[in-house]
Amino acid sequence: MIASIAFYLFATLTIASALAVIFARNPVHSVLWLIVAFFNAAGLMLLLGAEFIAMLVVIVYVGAVAVLFLFVVMMLDIDFASLRSGFTKNLPFGIIIALVLLTEVIVAVSASNAGPALSGHEIPGAATPNIVALGQLLYSRYLFAFELAGLILLVAMIGAIVLTHRSRRDTRPQKVWKQIARRPDEAIKLADPGVGEGMTL
Amino acid sequence: MIGLSHYLTVAAILFTIGVLGIFLNRRNVILMLMAIELILLAVNINLVAFSAYLGDLTGQVLAMFVLTVAAAEAAIGLAILVIFFRRRGSIAVDDVNRMRG
Repeated sequence: MIASIAFYLFATLTIASALAVIFARNPVHSVLWLIVAFFNAAGLMLLLGAEFIAMLVVIVYVGAVAVLFLFVVMMLDIDFASLRSGFTKNLPFGIIIALVLLTEVIVAVSASNAGPALSGHEIPGAATPNIVALGQLLYSRYLFAFELAGLILLVAMIGAIVLTHRSRRDTRPQKVWKQIARRPDEAIKLADPGVGEGMTL
Repeated sequence: MIGLSHYLTVAAILFTIGVLGIFLNRRNVILMLMAIELILLAVNINLVAFSAYLGDLTGQVLAMFVLTVAAAEAAIGLAILVIFFRRRGSIAVDDVNRMRG
């Protein structure tokens, strides 16, 4: 009973906030609704017993991706009102496409129940905790794919830095190579000559 | 009783909302990227639901990889957006014709 209530709560909130993401007028509100959607989807995944993926959704999506979106939306000075100009024009066509797609996918969902493997309506009980089982699978059978995922993240990180980095001409940064190449004989020397002794240059 | 089809229906609705978001916000790249995130979230819910009801953890491993790719895609997409905005002063996708493609 409580599981059903939790499912309907999370599902309704996920869908409602997803709708708010695409219909919000202010993109900052869109990002905040996206965060709500991610949290509720993580709740759905918790109900399914996938604790690790649920935590990963919260950490990666809310902690990294949504904050990245928030940064970009707030950093760029964009006239969002002009970007909504095609909204009402696209609305009827978009809703037709969406309805067709939704019907197709729901027909596919009901067709998936015909198979013998999924006829049960209970989630099978797990012998080991979810995180333990997932870790054993990730570090043995899917080790190569796991390393590849790390490589993808590395490439994305380097790519994002290379793309957005610019050398600014209007600043005067420290020139490290000049500092390292300095020699004592070409530097200024402080001397304290005595009175009447003179000094060598 | 909540079965597999409930989760699949939620994911289907979420997926459709994502596609609708791409259709409606044709000029705003940021919202299109957010709609893509919604689509990937729907895919993840599907993967996790199937994984749970089949008692097979492979689906959750795949969901983790989808998450990785989604994060990388968001980072690269937003980086491209930032440099595009620096050049053009706008993020309207209709203006993306610098290469005359």
